[in-house]
Amino acid sequence: MPETSTYAAAVRAALDLLLRHDDRVFLAGEDIGVYGGAFGVTDGLLASYGADRVRDTPISEDAIAGMAVGAAITGLRPIIEMQFSDFVVNAMDPIVNQAAKLHFMYGGKVEVPLVLRAPGGGGTGAAAQHSQSLEAWFAHVPGLKVALPSTVQDACDLLLAAAADPNPVIVLEHKLLYKTEGPFTLPASPNEVTEPLGRARVTRPGTDLTIVGYSIMAARALEAAELLAQQGIDAAVIDLRSVRPIDHDTVRASVTKTGRLLVTHEAPQSAGVGAEVITGVVESDALDYLLAPVERVCGLEVPMPYARELERSVIPQVDDVVAAAERLMKA
Amino acid sequence: MSDFQRDPRSTPEPVLTNMWRIRKFEEALEELFARGMLHGTMHLSIGQEATAEGACGALQPGDYITSTHRGHGHTIAHGGQPMLMMAELLMKDTGYCRGRGGSMHIADVASGNLGANGIVAGSMTIAAGAGLTQVMKQTGRIVTCFFGDGAANEGSFHEAVNLSAIWQLPVVWLCENNQYGMSMAQELSTAGGSVAARASAYGIEGVAVDGNDVFAVHDAVAAAAHQARSGGGPTIVECSTYRYRGHSKSDRNLYRTQHEIDEWRDERDPIARYEHRLETEGLLTVSDIDRYRRVAADDIRQAVQEALQQPDATTTDLAESAYA
Ligand SMILES: Cc1ncc(C[n+]2csc(CCOP(=O)(O)OP(=O)(O)O)c2C)c(N)n1
Ligand SMILES: [Mg+2]
Repeated sequence: MPETSTYAAAVRAALDLLLRHDDRVFLAGEDIGVYGGAFGVTDGLLASYGADRVRDTPISEDAIAGMAVGAAITGLRPIIEMQFSDFVVNAMDPIVNQAAKLHFMYGGKVEVPLVLRAPGGGGTGAAAQHSQSLEAWFAHVPGLKVALPSTVQDACDLLLAAAADPNPVIVLEHKLLYKTEGPFTLPASPNEVTEPLGRARVTRPGTDLTIVGYSIMAARALEAAELLAQQGIDAAVIDLRSVRPIDHDTVRASVTKTGRLLVTHEAPQSAGVGAEVITGVVESDALDYLLAPVERVCGLEVPMPYARELERSVIPQVDDVVAAAERLMKA
Repeated sequence: MSDFQRDPRSTPEPVLTNMWRIRKFEEALEELFARGMLHGTMHLSIGQEATAEGACGALQPGDYITSTHRGHGHTIAHGGQPMLMMAELLMKDTGYCRGRGGSMHIADVASGNLGANGIVAGSMTIAAGAGLTQVMKQTGRIVTCFFGDGAANEGSFHEAVNLSAIWQLPVVWLCENNQYGMSMAQELSTAGGSVAARASAYGIEGVAVDGNDVFAVHDAVAAAAHQARSGGGPTIVECSTYRYRGHSKSDRNLYRTQHEIDEWRDERDPIARYEHRLETEGLLTVSDIDRYRRVAADDIRQAVQEALQQPDATTTDLAESAYA
């Protein structure tokens, strides 16, 4: 019998499991201890595991990430939190120049098993410096993996998979999803999740078109598919779950059946992950099955504005996905 | 290659031999570079041998170092194999990094050399993290982080030293102040003038020593290492030294005078000074000194010969090499 949980509690459950089962695991980040994290994700973990393993850090993103690299290459399994994903900008050297490269640069003789969690995305009225979706930056860097859970179960499972991975993994959680509820089965141990990172999931089968999204847009795509069904349009929905690596095979297989492709993400369209997903289709045999030009439903090319209606207009909504799907069906 | 806990007074043989190995290694690099056998650029530490050797000689087996772009000396002093480092520079598959890293990324993590780094101050936060591992696993080991005078003006310096102080991490912050960060003189780049003096802002100890005096470096690092190992937290040890060669291969030396270079080399050379003291204090005979110099030169010559025989770096598994 699956129970239900919130997305935030599922992340916390995964952290709890990891801390309980592996004494090399520790958490570090700003205000993750007694405060419980800016979004309450680590609430209660300090009481269970103590200040050594649930480490409040100074406001030093560079040091948090660099420290994690040093700890990871000497035998610990750090799981660090950036309070907002926007602040990774202050930690780009340790993430991009160090964590991503050491394994390769040192001739394969070292592993960097660290997980960096960060809340991303907009819709909270926090404006331009607290609302970004920066996954494409990291997806562009060989040596990193990037996962984005859209469901409660994945909020736990992708984090467990990230922690099991010997490479540095960025897990971008979505702020608007933290309070969402969904079915949840707590694994008995971290090893119970055996699926490696990089597998997409067909969250709704369909025959008329394929909608590919991730993070909150995978959830909105499902909502859009329900509305489309009322008009007799049968949309398949794929939750990418990981944007590096990208599971092109699952997308191609679906497009081969539907002949129509719509890709959606909250991040701006230009040089975004969507372009890579589409390229994965057009450079394969699946191209021959396309019946119409592909559609993208992505964030507007502006920094995130503050005012509610402006913010809404920048972030793709369910209606935008529905409208694009309708266009695609008419094409 | 060399033992740890080498004392310039009681065990001068490995100390002097190592200093010569470092110099001979880099002189060999210059020659190979001139013959077109190396690729890219490199940063030589000729003139700075006392800091690398003095510091690493004060460590114990299992202790870690992090290194810099100017790191050949650190690797040799930490017990790395010149042959494997030379093989790396000669683009060989058996080099430390299989030809993927080169001069700026020599590492031997298994033996505690956490790696040279192409990013100025890039290893400072890594050193803090390695220090945290020693605390959490209660290993009794410490981390020595080499960094330059230029690195002390990076934000990472502040974040790493601050973290090490509030968490009382077992780290020795070893500043090799060779007077310049590329072309910028330390007195122009560094507010307050002293890196060691910054320690007081973090509530930790800072000591400034003559970095061309292997005794002084050894003693300062031994004390700092002892303090770190016994839970007393980090220390900044600032070693004043000088690089004779250009910053890298593109340097035209427009920011300093030949007179200044000559003065450091002729009057304050760390190896010549050490030899002089060994001789005048009766710690070694002149013939011993000559012998160790020859041993070092032979070691490096042999390392070059062996490295040249190694198989070339291969593209065979390159595309799969970014991930573990
Ligand atoms: C973040 C960063 N900025 C600039 C450089 C280019 N650079 C490489 S070494 C160097 C000088 C560093 O000076 P210092 O720390 O004193 O070390 P030294 O070269 O004197 O040994 C510079 C500017 C770099 N590699 N990384
Ligand atoms: Mg310098």
